[in-house]
Amino acid sequence: MKKWIAGAAVALATMTGQAFAEGHGDYPERPIMLMVSYGAGGATDFQARIVTMTAGNEDALGMPIAIVNRPGAGGRVGWNWFATEAEADGYTLGAYNIPHFVAQSIEGGVSYSSDSFEPIANWGADPAVFVVGADSDFNSMEDVVNYAKANPGGLTFSGAGLFVGHHIAALQLEKAAGVELAYIPNNAGGAGAMRAVIAGEVLGGVNNLSDAFRAQAAGNVKILGVFDLERNAEFLPDVPTMMEQGFDIDNASVNFRGVMVPKGTPQEVIDHLAATVPTMFENGRVQSRMAAGGSPMHIMTRDEVLEMWAARQATLEELLADL
Amino acid sequence: MDFLFYMGDVFTPINFGLLLLGTIGGLILGATPGLSPTMAVALLIPFTFQLEPQQGLILLGAAYTSTVAGGAVSAILLKIPGAPANIATTLDGHTMATKGEGAKALQLSFIASAIGGLFGVFLLIFLTPVLAQWALAFGPSHLFWLAILGVTVIGTLDSSSVVKGLLSGCIGLWLATIGFDDIMGAQRFIFHPAVSGGINVIPALIGLFAIPQVITMFTKGRSSDDAEVISVQKHPIRLAFVEVFKRKTALAIGTITGSIIGLIPGVGGQIAGLVAYDQSKKFSKESEKFGTGHSEGVIAAESANNAMVGPSLVPLLTLSIPGSPTAAVLLGGLLIHGIFPGPDLFMNYPQVAWTFIDSMLIGQILMCIFGLYIAGLAASVARVPHAVMAAIVLGLAVFGSYSVQNSMGDVYVMGTLGLAMYFLERFGFSAAPLVLGLILGPIAEANFIQGSMIANATVGTGTYFFTGWLNWLLIIIVLASIGYSVWMEVMARRYTTKEEAVAKEEALS
Repeated sequence: MKKWIAGAAVALATMTGQAFAEGHGDYPERPIMLMVSYGAGGATDFQARIVTMTAGNEDALGMPIAIVNRPGAGGRVGWNWFATEAEADGYTLGAYNIPHFVAQSIEGGVSYSSDSFEPIANWGADPAVFVVGADSDFNSMEDVVNYAKANPGGLTFSGAGLFVGHHIAALQLEKAAGVELAYIPNNAGGAGAMRAVIAGEVLGGVNNLSDAFRAQAAGNVKILGVFDLERNAEFLPDVPTMMEQGFDIDNASVNFRGVMVPKGTPQEVIDHLAATVPTMFENGRVQSRMAAGGSPMHIMTRDEVLEMWAARQATLEELLADL
Repeated sequence: MDFLFYMGDVFTPINFGLLLLGTIGGLILGATPGLSPTMAVALLIPFTFQLEPQQGLILLGAAYTSTVAGGAVSAILLKIPGAPANIATTLDGHTMATKGEGAKALQLSFIASAIGGLFGVFLLIFLTPVLAQWALAFGPSHLFWLAILGVTVIGTLDSSSVVKGLLSGCIGLWLATIGFDDIMGAQRFIFHPAVSGGINVIPALIGLFAIPQVITMFTKGRSSDDAEVISVQKHPIRLAFVEVFKRKTALAIGTITGSIIGLIPGVGGQIAGLVAYDQSKKFSKESEKFGTGHSEGVIAAESANNAMVGPSLVPLLTLSIPGSPTAAVLLGGLLIHGIFPGPDLFMNYPQVAWTFIDSMLIGQILMCIFGLYIAGLAASVARVPHAVMAAIVLGLAVFGSYSVQNSMGDVYVMGTLGLAMYFLERFGFSAAPLVLGLILGPIAEANFIQGSMIANATVGTGTYFFTGWLNWLLIIIVLASIGYSVWMEVMARRYTTKEEAVAKEEALS
């Protein structure tokens, strides 16, 4: 009996294997799922819905992409699932956030690292910025750092969680300015962190450029600096970078968002996706919707993303080693 | 009075068609177990890509309104709360349905929803600037005390015994710790991959409420095939209106509690119904009838969860910060059209903003009309034989749990919790306090950690959590709530003999 079952299992496995091998030519044959490790309505979810809206077009994948949210613990829940349980058949894609998952994997306690995933393409780059309430006494990063020097560990500022882009930016600031700060991770993500700044619960905050730009337009916050190599010409041409204000901070905290697949996905599928997905992001309708929502786009191909992942891995290992 | 000026825009053929579509579609999506209002609205977002901003928002506004009310349908008829907002509705609503009063329960719930909902939207229209300050007033320390207040409600929510209510609340609090903790990212109690993401509230809800009922139905279905088929009473709509307006206290408490709690970012929507139910039970002259199919229970719970819809949008529309997951999805719906919500929204895009709000007003009324229309038909569900019904509920429970994040793990969690709940119910524990613990645990914990981090960097923990009028107001309500529970328990002991208590326990189980 046991032999019979084993035989049947082997036969079944070969059959599905064959069907699978033949299937690559027609990939994709059915709708594709894109896992987002943040809740519905968050910036990553919102952008993922826009950049995948043309997936069903004939010139793109020819099959629609459905978003599935697996939120929790700053993305750890979703990426853990993606690394350990997601099927590597090309029908399960995931959205990545750099530096979040790399930093979390270096910190430990999760089942993934950058080796668990294969990048496909990058769609956006959202730098972190430093915000303070509209009625705050701080008018530049110098004011902030002076306050921190006078009150070591007393400058409270919010961010979206531990070991996400905002936290990396906070660590960089501590290191570059040589001060001790009180970073308060928020359980309600970037929106919750922004609320804490506006309500005056904390003295300042690190937040996404796109969300901060909106909050500034609504007259709720002042933006004091950008954690990037260059100013953002499109949305915030007047806000200086940290480097311009005398702090040696690079773009390690910039939140890169893109699409990836689990390790073990067939090479043909990866190649097909890597060739098609960037053109999907370049679609005019996608571009105009993203611009309307205040979400900066930054399209990168698979090779460029691989390079960026490796660079981030090195920078973050160095930065987090001091902790 | 700007909202009256733009009222006409709602009634252009396309807009009104979309409003109807959103309302009816929302009712159906809301009545589907597992599809919370947030998911339902997120599913509709892609349809708005092709529409004008105004039209897209009409669709989303109407859908939001009616999915919240639609959740009452499965809560009353199947005892599956579609979302945390509908938990309180099952307590009396489903009991009414099993007594053959399903039509009445549905009518009451839709009328109460519409009244609460209209009140909430009017608050949004007239008091937004004042309310925005209130929404910002709740910092980590206040949210912590608010969650503690919710925990004290647990004891009185259970009709049989305060101690058992608190115990099942503690089980819920423990279940909430499973998975990654939200702030530090530490792993806790992950003994199986299915719970690596923690226990998702929706599958837990479905399992805890639906599965014990399915098991009971299966056991009964074998012993007596046709004895349990109950007659479904027809209930004139006119009488339902009379009933709702006769229960003024419940309606007022539900509407006001729902509106106030709905404003508080992150907490409101989930617990508004339960808190309103608990409060109206405490203030009611017939508080002993709660839990036995009493109309006040349905009215309070449903008016509260729809009253929260309008105020929950205040932080989004004025401060551009989404106060709830559903508001976050609506923010996406605005952003794709290049509309940034904020104080200038009503100046820059009056047509979009006011038409959106008007559509929620008209949507409430349409939702009530359709709800009343289907109430008579839907209530016949009670005529379905138990064996068939059990199979249907089980099927919906599996489907609903799976659909939340396409995961079999959630189905296992649903089944396991449901099976455990079946045995707990036999010992007189109930599901509502357990779920409340599950919902409040992470809120209390995350806010305590955040609060103490801020406190350590500034004024110190004691000062941070124990100064300010809002902290003290909440602490006093917490103490009053505990005092009331203790007093009720003592009174109940004094006037019931042991034999009576045993008989009551047996009757309940």
